[in-house]
Amino acid sequence: MARLRQLVQHPWVLGLTGVLLVLLIWTLATSLKLVDPLFLPSPSSVLAAGRSQAVQGLLWADLVASVGRVLAGFALSAVVALPLGIAMGTSTVINRLLEPLMGLIRYMPAPAFIPLLIIYFGLGELPKILLIFIGTLFFNTLMIMDAVKFVPRELVETALTLGGRTSQVLLRVITPCIAPQVIDAYRINMAAAWNLVIVAELVAATEGLGRRISLAQRFLRTDEIFLGLIVIGLIGLVIDLGFRLVMRRACAWAN
Amino acid sequence: MQLRVDQVDKSFGTGRNRKLVLDQISFSVNTGEFVALVGSSGSGKSTIMRLVAGLDRPTAGVISIDGSPVRGPGSDRGMVFQKYSLYPWLTAAQNVAFGMELQRLNRREIRERTSYFLEVVGLADAARRLPRELSGGMQQRVAIARALAAQPRVLLLDEPFGALDLQIRESMQEFMHDLWQRTGLTALLITHDLEEALLLAGEVHILAPNPGRIVRTVAVDLDRSDLRHLRVSREFLDLREELARCLRGLDPQLSPTP
Ligand SMILES: Nc1ncnc2c1ncn2[C@@H]1O[C@H](COP(=O)(O)OP(=O)(O)O)[C@@H](O)[C@H]1O
Ligand SMILES: [Mg+2]
Repeated sequence: MARLRQLVQHPWVLGLTGVLLVLLIWTLATSLKLVDPLFLPSPSSVLAAGRSQAVQGLLWADLVASVGRVLAGFALSAVVALPLGIAMGTSTVINRLLEPLMGLIRYMPAPAFIPLLIIYFGLGELPKILLIFIGTLFFNTLMIMDAVKFVPRELVETALTLGGRTSQVLLRVITPCIAPQVIDAYRINMAAAWNLVIVAELVAATEGLGRRISLAQRFLRTDEIFLGLIVIGLIGLVIDLGFRLVMRRACAWAN
Repeated sequence: MQLRVDQVDKSFGTGRNRKLVLDQISFSVNTGEFVALVGSSGSGKSTIMRLVAGLDRPTAGVISIDGSPVRGPGSDRGMVFQKYSLYPWLTAAQNVAFGMELQRLNRREIRERTSYFLEVVGLADAARRLPRELSGGMQQRVAIARALAAQPRVLLLDEPFGALDLQIRESMQEFMHDLWQRTGLTALLITHDLEEALLLAGEVHILAPNPGRIVRTVAVDLDRSDLRHLRVSREFLDLREELARCLRGLDPQLSPTP
């Protein structure tokens, strides 16, 4: 009994139970034919669709295309947001200059930029990468700016009284101090990047997980739609866990 | 070395919100001296410290070191704050080394001086621990070691023991006195704790609030060979009581209504 309780208290056990429960209900519902298989394909047919796509090489190509776009667009956003957020958090002038602008653009839904991006850059990779960039830059920047504002004043001032110059304060005090929040901001906003790549591929793409889903819709292949959704979810989960791992490794002091 | 604070005023805000916080503050600290400013909370103690550190500018008056006016923060005035005194992502040793690294001393010297100053504050064993693994008293000792390792000409202590439990605070006071005797450092201490000021400082300035101003200066000439004994000696208690009465009289909420 005590061992069971210990097992249940392990953080992963309940989560896993939840997932398994849904799988079970799904299996039961399809094998008892409670729902039309066209609407709810069985787990085995989804698995079969996955196997066939994997054999054809489609799954891998779609994965590489989508993940590549997300990583390129998000890396660009992360690299720009870091100095920009720090600048907005430390300089009153830059803050007053940019914050209203960012507050405004932030409320423009990124997918609404797709037509414009297509007109400007056509249907290639660039507009998709830029969409992810636009869609995550402002959130990344504003979250980093907030982190900078919460750096205790004493930490900065101590460095100054130890003979530190402004550049040293930025690099050796502010940057390490906000590292945990920056990693967390990236982790959270990564989800938005995933949403956007799928949206972009639904609109215009020759390959990618979103593209595969929209094709599947045309042929009423719900098994392939389910496959796409599950793969997207799994990759998101892996990326999320990756960020958590980096956080645990690099920012042990903050736990 | 002489630190001089000369007729310094400081006000915050503008127009109708303007508030005078410091009014004609003057005092000085010479090499080897330990000087304390005592006042109730809100009397402008931290404001004085920030002006001396160069983290803020006086509205009027001059602060100078050996005749040259203070224009900004610098490593000649090391500061120890009450809160957030250590970098939480650095170990104790890395914290001590931090100032020397900012000043780009060579590696060997940094290593030697780091272990020397950890030794001085009695924390050689804690070198590789993170701040959160240290007690409050140990953290403040690391902060003091870090400030000293950067070779300041005067050490600025803003309620450095204010957040500690009473017992730890007493042992830290003894530690600080011992350190002062051993290293011959020069210090300006700010505290609301009269006992602390009298134990440590050769000169104590009493600060009245609203606006902050020095109302009394006492040269404390006591036998400090045994602080534990001094704390309960007649002479010490009398002086403390007299000054405490003076401090109480400055606070309108505490003085008896006539
Ligand atoms: N940056 C500031 N802007 C406005 N008022 C301030 C500022 N800093 C301090 N004050 C005011 O100055 C007074 C003295 O503050 P402080 O020096 O922190 O006192 P103490 O350290 O003695 O408790 C307080 O009334 C505080 O509100
Ligand atoms: Mg204060």
